[in-house]
Amino acid sequence: MDAKNLTIKQAHELLISKKMSVLELVEAVLKVADGARDLNAYLEIFDDVREQVEVAQKMIDDGRSTMMTGIPIAMKDNILIKGKIASASSKMLENYTATYDAFVTKKLRDAGAVFIGRTNMDEFAMGGSTENSAFGVTKNPHDKTRVPGGSSGGSAAALASGSALGALGTDTGGSIRQPAAFCGVVGLKPTYGSVSRSGIIAMASSLDQAGPFAKTVEDAEIIFDCIKGYDPMDSTSEPAGESPDFVSSDERLGRNPDNLAKKEPKKPKVIGVPTEFVNAKGVDPRVLKNFEESIEKMKKLGYEVKEINLASLKQGLSIYYILMPAEVSSNLARFDGVRYGYHANGANLLDDYMRSRGEGFGGEVRRRILLGTYVLSSGYYDAYYSKAVAAREVIKKTLEVAFRDVDIIATPTTPTPAFRIGEKSSDPLQMYLADIFTVPVNIAGVPAISIPSGFVEEGDALLPLGIQFIAPHFGEDALFATGKDFEKMLGDNNI
Amino acid sequence: MAIELKDIEHLAGLARIAVSDNEKKTLQHDLEDILAYVSQISNEGYDIGMPEVGEPRNVMRADDEPHESGMFTEDILAQAPVRDGNRVFVKKIL
Repeated sequence: MDAKNLTIKQAHELLISKKMSVLELVEAVLKVADGARDLNAYLEIFDDVREQVEVAQKMIDDGRSTMMTGIPIAMKDNILIKGKIASASSKMLENYTATYDAFVTKKLRDAGAVFIGRTNMDEFAMGGSTENSAFGVTKNPHDKTRVPGGSSGGSAAALASGSALGALGTDTGGSIRQPAAFCGVVGLKPTYGSVSRSGIIAMASSLDQAGPFAKTVEDAEIIFDCIKGYDPMDSTSEPAGESPDFVSSDERLGRNPDNLAKKEPKKPKVIGVPTEFVNAKGVDPRVLKNFEESIEKMKKLGYEVKEINLASLKQGLSIYYILMPAEVSSNLARFDGVRYGYHANGANLLDDYMRSRGEGFGGEVRRRILLGTYVLSSGYYDAYYSKAVAAREVIKKTLEVAFRDVDIIATPTTPTPAFRIGEKSSDPLQMYLADIFTVPVNIAGVPAISIPSGFVEEGDALLPLGIQFIAPHFGEDALFATGKDFEKMLGDNNI
Repeated sequence: MAIELKDIEHLAGLARIAVSDNEKKTLQHDLEDILAYVSQISNEGYDIGMPEVGEPRNVMRADDEPHESGMFTEDILAQAPVRDGNRVFVKKIL
């Protein structure tokens, strides 16, 4: 069995036809993970894998299996699994044991998935390289001198190295799509509200969304189908029609629900390309060339390509780096060294707080909390936070208007291929600029997928690139349809 | 965007984060850089009229059928850095 290249779909077929046992599959994957330890993708391989394997095998033997039964999955370290440490790669939560399952964990557990281990990340999901982890950087499997991207870099590297068949990450400004692009795998940021945030360590709650990493678009769809759904424990979870008091966003906004609430997946035909936005300063010419070639290929597949103007998306980064730290400063106020997490003993209670937070949080987290405190403070609130909130509406509107003419919007996922470890770590602003194509998606709350689109040569290494497809709210079906077309055309170069 | 050291100290105080003198200087520089960049947003005159607001719906759990008392107490208290019997221990406030 070639565990490295095995997809979830293939593994599922082997499992239910009894050509392979769950134990054989999991042991093969664990062997690959053991051989890839130097990547530092996993923070911990769980010690109860064998028990999980037995549960999964029983489900299959009893004919109760799902597509995810027996599938070895890697979990980002900010997703709670009851009884396991969830550290968010922070010293603050180094010894924190989750007291309950996240919604997505429960969904996967009920489906019979096998949690292999928890993966490294940028501390509290803040960063684009995993260099901000309190437990060392993760290395890119394609070139170990380079970063895997971030913040879900461990999940991307684990999957790309074959140390799992699928992985979960979280995406606040690109943290699934960017590492997926850097590591040559598929990464999906679902529509805001389609996957519950319950049990996911919060970073910026109006932007955070959990989603899958997978080797193929089809596998990403399988994981997404398993983890999505309404959850009363997340107040922004979208009750997808089944709840009696459900009012869709379109009805709420007085729009014609027929346009968006399309149940039967309509095959996307028109791709919008925001040429001016894509040709932003600092985008690697090789990335642009690869993107243009990809668009040409889509034309050959019969897609109509339309030029669109998304100039206002340029404001995305500014909006993001105001709203996100503002929400971070508020969300991370809960870490006080009193109820759980790192505690440092000071002269009095205030001193306990100051020291616990000063010592427990890493540099980037401290920087963002202070930045958020600044943009929310009296006298600056109007100049920053309220302006960003208003500008966010402009981005939403811009995309809404664009989607009247096109079914899908395409951009490169990242402005460059994976950069070197240490290259940007001393300049936070440079690091932030790498999010230019991914943040507008979170700001608008729409879904987007990154799919491997080829490679660039860099020294001896071939570094993967990704193309990003964006769809309107709840348009994941369109992303999967277009993604599968694109993937099929590229052939087998993406695994 | 001029940020002074005393601004950093003030922010660190508000955020309840102890920051070393060395780090204050780095933070001063970083915050200036980042704020200069995000200030672009202030230069654009946005006018989108009234923001779209959704219909309110109740997102809270109904106040009935509570879980069995004490079900989660031990799990939660086990995470507290300092506990005293069935409570989290903190230093005297007043």
